[in-house]
Amino acid sequence: MVDYVSTLSIDFSLIYPEIALIIGAFLMLGVACSRRLAPMAPNLALLTYVVSLYLILNQWGLQGAGFADMVVCDSFAIMFKAIFVVASIVTILLAQYYLKTKGIDRPEFYVLMLISTVGMMAMTATADLVVMLIGLEVMSLPLYVLAGFNRRSLKSNEAGVKYFMMGAFASAFLLLGIAFIFGAAETTNLRRIVTDFSYLLHHQTSGIYLISGAVLVFIGFGFKIAAVPFHSWVPDVYEGAPTPVTAFFSVAPKAAAFAVLLRIFVFGFSGLSELTTVFSVFAVLTMSVGNILALRQDNVKRMLAYSSISHAGYIMVALAVGGPEGVSAAIFYIASYTMFNLGAFGVVTVLETRSGCQSDYSELTGLSKAHPYLACVFALFMFALAGFPPTVGFFGKFYLFSAAIQANLIWLTIIGVMNSFVSVYFYLRVVKVSFFDTSEKTFSKVRLTPAIVLALALTAIATLGIGLFPHQLLRLSQAAIFGLP
Amino acid sequence: MDNVLLTLVTFFPILGVILLLFVPNKQHDTIKGVSLIIAFITLLISILIYAAFDPLASGMQFEVNEPWVTSLGINYHLGIDGISLLLIALTTVLTILCVLASWRSIKHGVKGFYISLLMLTTGMIGVFCSLDLFLFYVFWEVMLIPMYFIIGVWGGPRRMYAAIKFVLFTMFGSLLMLVALLYIYFQYQAFSGEFTFDLMKIIAAPPLSFQEQLWLFGAFGLAFAIKVPLFPFHTWLPDAHVQAPTVGSVLLAGVLLKMGTYGFLRICIPVFPDATVAYLPYICILALIAIIYGALVSMVQRDIKSLVAFSSVSHMGFVMLGMFTLNLQGVEGSVLQMLNHGISTGALFLIVGMIYERRHTRMIEDFGGLAKVMPVFATFFMIFTLSSIGLPLTNGFVGEFLILLGAYKLNPVYAIVAASGVILAACYMLWMYQRVVFGKVTNPENQKLTDLTGRERLVLIPLVLLVFWIGVYPMPFLDRIEPAVKQTLTYVEAAQVVQNSNEFQPVETVALEPLTADDETEKQMDDHR
Repeated sequence: MVDYVSTLSIDFSLIYPEIALIIGAFLMLGVACSRRLAPMAPNLALLTYVVSLYLILNQWGLQGAGFADMVVCDSFAIMFKAIFVVASIVTILLAQYYLKTKGIDRPEFYVLMLISTVGMMAMTATADLVVMLIGLEVMSLPLYVLAGFNRRSLKSNEAGVKYFMMGAFASAFLLLGIAFIFGAAETTNLRRIVTDFSYLLHHQTSGIYLISGAVLVFIGFGFKIAAVPFHSWVPDVYEGAPTPVTAFFSVAPKAAAFAVLLRIFVFGFSGLSELTTVFSVFAVLTMSVGNILALRQDNVKRMLAYSSISHAGYIMVALAVGGPEGVSAAIFYIASYTMFNLGAFGVVTVLETRSGCQSDYSELTGLSKAHPYLACVFALFMFALAGFPPTVGFFGKFYLFSAAIQANLIWLTIIGVMNSFVSVYFYLRVVKVSFFDTSEKTFSKVRLTPAIVLALALTAIATLGIGLFPHQLLRLSQAAIFGLP
Repeated sequence: MDNVLLTLVTFFPILGVILLLFVPNKQHDTIKGVSLIIAFITLLISILIYAAFDPLASGMQFEVNEPWVTSLGINYHLGIDGISLLLIALTTVLTILCVLASWRSIKHGVKGFYISLLMLTTGMIGVFCSLDLFLFYVFWEVMLIPMYFIIGVWGGPRRMYAAIKFVLFTMFGSLLMLVALLYIYFQYQAFSGEFTFDLMKIIAAPPLSFQEQLWLFGAFGLAFAIKVPLFPFHTWLPDAHVQAPTVGSVLLAGVLLKMGTYGFLRICIPVFPDATVAYLPYICILALIAIIYGALVSMVQRDIKSLVAFSSVSHMGFVMLGMFTLNLQGVEGSVLQMLNHGISTGALFLIVGMIYERRHTRMIEDFGGLAKVMPVFATFFMIFTLSSIGLPLTNGFVGEFLILLGAYKLNPVYAIVAASGVILAACYMLWMYQRVVFGKVTNPENQKLTDLTGRERLVLIPLVLLVFWIGVYPMPFLDRIEPAVKQTLTYVEAAQVVQNSNEFQPVETVALEPLTADDETEKQMDDHR
């Protein structure tokens, strides 16, 4: 039984990492005013993130709730917070030089990143639907701006507006869903909903409200994780947004939305027996549509956009599995996917710092001659995305599918592995173009700044290292489930 | 000392990869030198293992069993018996010969090539050592990546098509194998309460139900059959072989194909004994089709390399037939034939590569009368041609004879059909040899050809020695194979007895060959749960 009285207390230690980020964001706004201090912004942002990461790691093992039960700090939330911060750090390392070459190197970029990260953290570290909504908005609003950050580019503007429209649409669904749930349960707190769940579900009117609420909430988050059929905005937004922002989009907000979905559906609404079927159907749709459409792309960025849709499908397999196995498989997959997907987008970012580069496949020709190490790292990320051992991409899929088989979802697993079979073709196309193809045109070299090298090395080492020795991350993701409120 | 040897032989090539990363791109000689030394030391380690191997003991030797991912029960479990011992030795021998053979032929991307080659070696040896199914799967897949690069970067004109075809075919099978592997994992857990991928423990557990075995054998068997390749899954092989560079073809034919047959022997037969017996007639018929079909297609090839490639289909048919006779002679012959095929087909690919380097063509019609210009070459070519046909006193004879003996025991018709495959082999090989080597030198370009260099002779001589060693005195090899084969056969004996006592077995429940669609597989699995 949850002790609600103690949760009324105001305990700031629960939100130290968020506080650090907010302080950093406001400092940065001050920095942005001064032309002389502005170049410090990226380093200041990195520093803020590192401090926040330190505070997050210090929180490990903490189980608590506070602020009138609006904030919950458990290992599940801490794990996701760490993922967001690591993703942000890598993104900033990648972004600096890219922003400079595109002439949009403004401190506001980092402010928006920081605020967005706070939103993600708020989303995951709560069991209250309203706080989740507020967190989602705090996360999304800066992202709309970031998508359109390259304001001279029409495509970037299009991406910003499109993302905003879709996001607003999704929020409306979500809000309506929460209203329905509140109508049924007279509370927005998941922990209270869980206590009376079966009573509410079998009560005539509240049962209908509860189910329609759940459907609407799923649709709202479906947009955020780009589940088919709510995915249509993804390719355009991913292609139009500045590439480091795309890298960030493809991992952090997605991870946040998945965290919330896991908390709502695997914990809060686990009493709904149809969830497995519903999520299985969505998982199959999302995997298959993402992979099949990715086959047809001629642009690496668009291909990665569709690939990120299909990876959302794989993670939904874990949602279909449910229970502790599903949650830990999802966390492991999200954590590892964050690494290699950021890496893959990182290489695309690096390549786009060349003038006039649109990241078409054909522009990769000759990469292995000009930059053998970059080409190898790119190939490594592609193999990880395709799920080849010994990368962590394989182990993540392996763990995911083993959870599915354990839950007797054999047909879902077979569709899943067949999807990853299809995906091999287009991931290896990148390898083929950058290693096998030859052309007369010489490959114009790119500049590899230390920050970019650091970012790529971090992600590459994580991809290979965790793939070979997955034990630690596995233990963390298995531990992260126990804290569900 | 004993238990580090396998780890050493598996991962020593990786040490070479790391060393090569620090060698500058332009220093080709250093790169080749380092690779040669690494390959040589790997060979020495495998010889050491061969020497320390106890031929009389049954069961696994040099076992290492360390926890790897403890929370999932995945262990780093290595161990070898006589079968794996010989295949590892074959791998290390072919690797060093490949390093030598590619000394001149690889002109661009030298460093990448040798890195791929050494990584491939680790993958191949790893597959033959693993006794943990997860580890096996990892090595099985890891080896795809360097092979993909070897075909794709250093291959012929249609290399990209061939490379992706190779990867996709193998991936298709192995992903279904992954699902089956997980299914076994949880079934074992339900039976014993322990999470493990340990092959030895899974074999020791009572077999799964007949229906389960049928589907799981199907999934594993498909992965292995694609690799072997068993008719009708062979279509990737001609493309991959013809487009791959010489070294790629040698390792592909010499070692990679054996991974398929090895998989059948190591996993399918012991873990699914009842399904093995049930599928036996179908697999034997497919093997016979492969023998005849491969031979007939070889006969009409105009390219020497694709002729040798199709002859592989035929020879691997022999290996499959021998294995599924499930008697001592047949299986022993089959294991020996794996080795023989690695030696003679590997050597033939090397020979084709040598002539291709000189003439930049592999068309049979472009040659003729090479015996006059290149007598040493012609001699080597003759020896390997005869060994491939299976002339007495060469290695091929011993293997094929044992297989035919085993097949006759099982069903005389099989033996008769298979024997006609030997005759066909003589036809296509000798006819090709005649057109290439004998007669007058019709093409003036062939006049200027130089005979084999010292390095090239050095590459071929060890293989010639092996051809005659196995051909004249195969006992050292058979002695090592025998305990392992006997051990494997004990797993299926019970199942065979059941089948023999129950002649009218419900055939209609046995799907023809695991060609069935995937959704059917899962449906059936669901029904039986």
